[in-house]
Formats: sequence, C-alpha cells, structure tokens
Amino acid sequence: MINSFRKNIKGIVIEGITLVSAIIIIAIVIIMLVVIFIGGKSQLSWEFLTSFPTEGMTKGGIFPAIYGTALLVIIMSIAAVPFGTITAIYLTEYAKENSIIAKTIRFAVRTLAVIPSIIYGLFGLGFFIKFVGANVDSAFYGGTLRWGQPNLLWASLTMALLTLPVVIVSVEEALKTVPQELRAASLALGATKWQTIWKIVLPGSLSGIMTGTILAVSRGAGEVAPILFTGAAYYLATLPGISDQFMVLGYHIYVLTTQSANVDQTLPIQFGTTCVLLLLTFTLNMSAVVLRYRIRKKKNH
Amino acid sequence: MIVEKIHTENMFLYYSGKMALNNISIQIPEKKVTAFIGPSGCGKSTFLRSLNRMNDLIDGVKIEGKVMIDSVNIYDKNIDVVNLRKKVGMVFQKSNPFAKSIYENIAYGPKINGINNKHQLDEIVETALKNAAIWDEVKDRLGDSALGLSGGQQQRLCIARTLAVNPEIVLMDEPASALDPLSTAKIEELIVQLKEHYTIVIVTHNMQQAARISDNTAFFYLGELIEYDKTRKIFTNPEKKQTEDYITGRFG
Amino acid sequence: MAKKSTKVKSSKSSDSEKKQASLIDITRKKFRLGDYLAEKVIKGVAFLSITIIVLIFFFVFREAFPIFSNSKEIKSTKTEQASQETYGAVTDNNTNGNTQETYGAVTDSASKDGAQETYGEVTDKQEPQEQYGVQTKEPASIEGSDKKYTVSAGSGTDDNRSAIKTLTSKEWVPVSEKPRYGLLALILGTFKITLISMLFAAPIAILAALYTAVFANKKMKEIIKPTIELLAGFPSVVIGFFALMVLASFLQGVFHYETRLNSFVGGIAMGIAAIPIIFTITEDALTAVPKSFYEASLALGASRWQTAFFVILPAATPGIFAAILLGIGRVFGETMIALMATGNAALMDLNPFESVRTLAATIGAEMAEVVFGDTHYNVLFLIGSLLFVFTFVINAIAEFYVKGKLMKRIQGK
Repeated sequence: MINSFRKNIKGIVIEGITLVSAIIIIAIVIIMLVVIFIGGKSQLSWEFLTSFPTEGMTKGGIFPAIYGTALLVIIMSIAAVPFGTITAIYLTEYAKENSIIAKTIRFAVRTLAVIPSIIYGLFGLGFFIKFVGANVDSAFYGGTLRWGQPNLLWASLTMALLTLPVVIVSVEEALKTVPQELRAASLALGATKWQTIWKIVLPGSLSGIMTGTILAVSRGAGEVAPILFTGAAYYLATLPGISDQFMVLGYHIYVLTTQSANVDQTLPIQFGTTCVLLLLTFTLNMSAVVLRYRIRKKKNH
Repeated sequence: MIVEKIHTENMFLYYSGKMALNNISIQIPEKKVTAFIGPSGCGKSTFLRSLNRMNDLIDGVKIEGKVMIDSVNIYDKNIDVVNLRKKVGMVFQKSNPFAKSIYENIAYGPKINGINNKHQLDEIVETALKNAAIWDEVKDRLGDSALGLSGGQQQRLCIARTLAVNPEIVLMDEPASALDPLSTAKIEELIVQLKEHYTIVIVTHNMQQAARISDNTAFFYLGELIEYDKTRKIFTNPEKKQTEDYITGRFG
Repeated sequence: MAKKSTKVKSSKSSDSEKKQASLIDITRKKFRLGDYLAEKVIKGVAFLSITIIVLIFFFVFREAFPIFSNSKEIKSTKTEQASQETYGAVTDNNTNGNTQETYGAVTDSASKDGAQETYGEVTDKQEPQEQYGVQTKEPASIEGSDKKYTVSAGSGTDDNRSAIKTLTSKEWVPVSEKPRYGLLALILGTFKITLISMLFAAPIAILAALYTAVFANKKMKEIIKPTIELLAGFPSVVIGFFALMVLASFLQGVFHYETRLNSFVGGIAMGIAAIPIIFTITEDALTAVPKSFYEASLALGASRWQTAFFVILPAATPGIFAAILLGIGRVFGETMIALMATGNAALMDLNPFESVRTLAATIGAEMAEVVFGDTHYNVLFLIGSLLFVFTFVINAIAEFYVKGKLMKRIQGK
C-alpha cells in the first residue's frame, strides 16, 4: 500500500491476469447458459414437454425422452444411493482411517470416478447384457432373447455404477460433519455401534445423503456415453417398460444433431431439448450446491 | 460400610506405543464421590475413559493390567462392552445433547434398551430429569429441541440422559469446566445428591471443586498416580511433595 | 429390564450390591443379531467398489481378448512383427505363471535363431499350451467366443488375421471388404485433441484457481466456486451441442479455417469440460499450502503476487500436476463432445484445424452398429481396454506419486 503505483504495476498486471482467467470461466458458463436458453426459449411449452415426437421427429414434443430420463434416474438412484451410502458408512464408521482396506476402497472409489463414462458403457454391454442378461435368458427363457439385449434396467444399473462414487463422496463428507461427541454420547449410553449409526449418525447426515442423491441424479440425467449401447433408443412410439429400450434427453440431443438426415429442420427441437436438459441439471446442481454449503456451514459452527 | 466398586491393579495404558498411564493401582468405593485431579495431560481423563472402555474408540490404545468393576475384569475377552457402558455411564466435558427434543434425548437410552411403552418412558424421563434437578426448568417444553437450552441446562440434561439408563457408576469428565459459576454450583450440588444412589468418579481441574464435593481424591502426574487418599487429607496434609506443590499452586 | 430398574431405583438405597450386579450382566458377550448383520452387510457392500473395478477389468478385457486367441489358430506364416505383438498381448492377459515362463524362454530362443521357419514351428508347438492356460482359467469364455465366430460372418477368421496385422497401421476402415483396424490415427487424434484442450484449459483453470485461493475476497470466492460447480454439472452432451452449434461457427469465423468441425473446436470444448476438474484440484492444493508460508514470505518483504507465484504455486506443484493429469484423463475418455464436435475423420495429420477421430468417439459411434462377437466388436473393446488402462494408470500416478510428494513438500520443508 505504501508502494508507489509504478512499483506495484507488475503486481496489478499479474493479479489482473489471474482475475481475467476466473472471469473467462464465469463468462463461458454464462454464455453457454444464455445461448442455450435463448435458443430454446421459444420451444419451451407445456405441449413440447408432454407430447410425442411427430413427422419423423421433426415436429412434436419430447415426452418419451423426459419419461425415459425420469425412469432411468429413478432406477439408478434406487441402486446407487443405498450402496453408496453403505460404502460411505463403512469408510467413516467401521474402517480404520489408515487401514489397507480403507485405503484400497478409497482408491477404488476415486478410480471409479475417473474411469471414462464410455468404459461403463462397454462394461454394461459386456457384463449386464452379454453375461448376466444372456445367462438369465438361457436359464429362464430357454434361450429366447429377452434380457440379453439393451434395455432400461441394464442402462440404469450401468448408470448406477457411474454415479456410485458421487454418492459415496457426498455422503462421506456429510457423515464426517456429525460430531464425534455425539457418537461417544450414544455409545456411552450403552447403544451398539449400529444403533448409534442408525439413530444418531444417519439422521444427522440426511442432508448429505440428499445432496449425494441430487448430484447423482443430475449426473445420470446428463450422461449419454454409458447408455449409447446399453439401452438408449432413437425413437419409440410407446413408453418403455423395464425390459425395453427407451428414449432419453441427452441421447435425443445427440441423435438429432448428428444422426438425423434433416438437422436444420429439427434445430428448434434440438435447442428445446438441450434447454430442458440443462434446466434440469442446472436446477439439480443448484440445489445440491445450496445444500452442501449449508452442511459445511453447520460443520463450521 | 465401605464397599469397593472399582479397582485397578498395575494398569498400564499405551497410546501408539507411548506410555500414557504408568502402573495405576487404585480402589474406588461405592456410592462415594471420587475426584481425579492433576495438571492437564497427566492422564486423569484417559484413566477415566478406560473405566468404561471409551478408549476403545481411539486407534492404537493398548491396556495392560487389571481393571475390575464389581470384581470383574472389564478388559476380559468375554466382556460385553455395550452392557458395560450401560452399567458405567459417562458425562462429557462438553455437553453433547442429540439434535432431538428434550424428551427424546432422555428417552434415547431406554428406547435402545427396548422400552417402547409410552407411559413407562414418560415415567423414566420424569424421574431422570428430576434426579438431574432440571425437571422444573423444562417440564413445560419437553418437545423443544435440546439445543435451545443454556450450557448449564444442557449439561444437566446430559446427566439426566445418563441417569435414565440407570447406571451404577457415573463417570464425569470435567462436567462443569465450560460453565458459569452459577451453573457449576448447581452441578456440584447435584453430584453430592447423586452419590446417594450412584458411585461417582469425577475428573476436574478445579481443586476447590474437588475439595467441595469429593470424598476421596487422587492426584495424577505424568501418567502416574502420585497420591490417593481421603479428600480432606490430600488437601490439608498431603504426603507427597508433588501433591503439595500442585495443591498450593506451585505448578500446573 | 429398565422397567425393573426404575422400580429398583426408588428403593435403591436399601438394595444390596449383589442384586445390582445381577441387573446388568457384563461377563458374557451378548449376541446382537441386528448389529452382526448390519456389520456384515456394510462390510460386504463396501467391497463393491473394488469388485466393480475388478469386474470392469475382467469383462472389458474378456471381450477384447478373442482377437488374439483366434488369430492363433491360423497356422499360416505371419510377419514377425505381427506375431510378436500377439505374443506380448497374450502374455499380458495370461496370468498363468507356468505358461508365461515357457513363453518367455521360447520366444528368446526363437529370436536368437532369427530364422523365420524355426519361429513358425515353435509357434505351432505352443498352440495347445497356450490354449490350456487360458482354458483352465475361463473355459466358458473361449467356447462362447468360438461359437460366436462361427455364427457371425463367414469371413470371421480371415477377419481376425488381418485385424491383428492392421492394428498398427494408419487406416481405420472397419466396414469394408477388407477391414483395416489401424489404431495409429485414432491414438494420434486423441493425443492431439488432449494436447489442445490442455493448452487451453490448464492455464485458465490454474490461474483462476490461484486467483480464488490467494487474491480473491470472500465475495468473489462465493461467486467463482459455485460457478465452477455448475460448470462441472454441465452434461458433456450439452457442451458438445454448444460446441457443434455455436462454438464451431464462431471459431471458424475468427480463424477462417476450412473444416468446420476439427480438433481445435473439439479441444476447446473438451477444455471447457476439463476446467472444473483442474480448477478444483489445483485450488485444493493451493489452499493446502500452510498459511505460515504465505505470512513468512510477506514478512520478508515479498509482495502478494511474488508470494503467490514464487512461494505458494511452487509448493503446490505436485497437486497442480495431479490436476492436469486428471484433466487429461477426463479429456482422453470424453465421448460425447468428441462425437459431436471433432468431425470424426480418422486422419493422420498434425494440423489442429483438420478433423480427428478419438478412441472414445470410435467406440461410441460404432459399438451400436457392430455384430456382437465380430472382430470389429472385439477391436472396439480392445480400444476400451486401452482407455481403461490409460485412465487407471493416470489416476494411480495422481493418487500415489503426487500425493506423497505433496505431503512431503508441505510437511517436511
């Protein structure tokens, strides 16, 4: 502050460069949001959200894609949230911080988080469809192709594997915010470990489990690569069941932009669909961010 | 008649290989208040926590020697730690009520013991709160969150919560250290009342407090039990020089 | 039990301690079914994540494996290069120690002799051995894949032989009379796009993280961090859409290149996707540098920016290195952006304004259309295995090497 301006100018320039970098990132986010919202705004209507595509997908709505996305994330959450929560419980409550097992599991979780999503797709195909599905078919359906092909269930389970680390990390963070003294108090009253977890620790970290679920749902709703060949479909005239292929928002965008013959004709629908998907993930992420900041605040109290 | 309740013999405690308690042998009588005093880091809290095996929660703690409660070594292989902790309750330095209502805080212990009868629970909650001398202050707002109570009230609530499990021994780890003088006086008064039914072991860094409420006092220093005797004797005529130095405020 | 105890309590003063002792029995371990089950279930489930990784390893490699095993059955002479490559790969997959040993020895003698004829003979002799090793390990898969072959296109075996030969070629033409599976162009394209995206994303993300960790006031932090989290939540298909529809035209307008979709556009778009990862890890590393470093430097008369660049940034280098590594991992496996914004032509070209095709995009684009069990199918899984191994190794390096170093620097300095 005592320095003269000239002495300080280098510092100002350099700080300025870092500030500009930060602003570039913010600008990128804002530009993407604005462009997509402006492009998709006119398309957004109740009818667009609730009707089927018509005229070879050049007109009409995206209801089946919304429906498929919803089913996908629901089944995915049913699989991922309990397993993720239980793993997080193991890591915080049962495993010793520095034991080899805990370290290995943590490494595995972080590895799962960085494995490319397309690999999950391959795994879903190789394991769920070609191994589990095919074996179920030959065991219960006399070899008729029923589960040994891409469908909603396999896609959802593949997605569940992908989102498992998201859940684990969020829940673990939340479990750690439950003060150690409360565990001690419960144990000192003669509660067993499980009673302590069930009645004290888990209720205290419900918001963390919520955050994890929301983040997982947001991730699952947006990912396309894992379901490219485990269940996503180009177009379906009816709503899918668990053993059917299904339409999904992200895949719909991909298909309309790159696979359809008349890309220009469907431009409004493309923007509309992207807008819907972005709105969905944006809202989910926002609420997760808010929830998470609240948890952290509580921890700092 | 003085009945021995707790009794340790040549007890050593190691924390990650480092000795934290050195050869502790002590007999603690039933239905009396026994105070542990000493400078911080002397091992008095560690010793207290080993009496209901709360040290089990810390990695790397190893205990040798005998820790007998009612003539049973609580570090035996077959000991049921959960039941042990029902029998030996604990009140912590920092009040730690659960983020539940006052009623639910007290009812937590009985409930995990399988008592679900509403009438019975009401009765237990009332008795416990009365025994902890907080009933009159909270009887009209049992459904309110326990976190809304003042520090002193929270600590008495925690004592009530411990009493609701009906332990035989109550361990208290500096229960009044974070409280104002008025709340401290209430807690002290309560402790003296409680010894009618319970064996109480209290760790305190406040010598006056130990002198006021305890029947026996043990002085710990650097992980060793230096002197253990009637409180009056410790404070008026200690045998060891270290005890005298501490009592007269020459160190610590 | 506690009902009894409340009653006891009222008349407690007259009770004998014997009755009390009988009240709570601590001398026998009580079996609590709920706790026992809970612990078993929790421990079991916790191993799931490890299990999944092992399964991914196994099943992705399993589907890639038939390329190598089937080509073995063809007893015609092969070029030395091709057969050697087969060797390497087979040995990798084969965990049977004995077979491996034999292999190594035989390969050695073969290469010493140098003569091609001898080589061929030895290879023939080995056939049954090799098959044994694998069959004892997973006979079902071998049988299964054999069946698949006979079922699928009649040219299956021919296909396989040429597949092996063409893996190291430059051409990726999987669907043709004479399919060629040259991975070089794909690998080159992937690296090219990774480089471009890192050149774009790493400086921006690191500088922004530096700003956030060192210079920014609380209010700016509260703007930047949630923004980054939102960006991290952007589905890659949305970023791909943005790149395809908006960014590509914009960049073409600025730089006046010919091909609208190219590795430059794709690289920038992937950079956007990688920014949150690099930013977050860098910021963590920077804030992990102890405050005392900062204060000591300021006390010595260094200015804020000098402290930031010459004290804090160097102390956090391993963390930044990890951040870039994980950013690379993200870009390397990114599929949707690659599919949508890179043009998808497998060209051997270093020009950033030409179209490229990445490994991940190849899987994404072609897997849905291949015949299951076909060579093409196996080659796609082979590409998947490559991706998997690559990201696994990157993560392992970031995890162990970098973390250890970071810890040493911050604590041991």
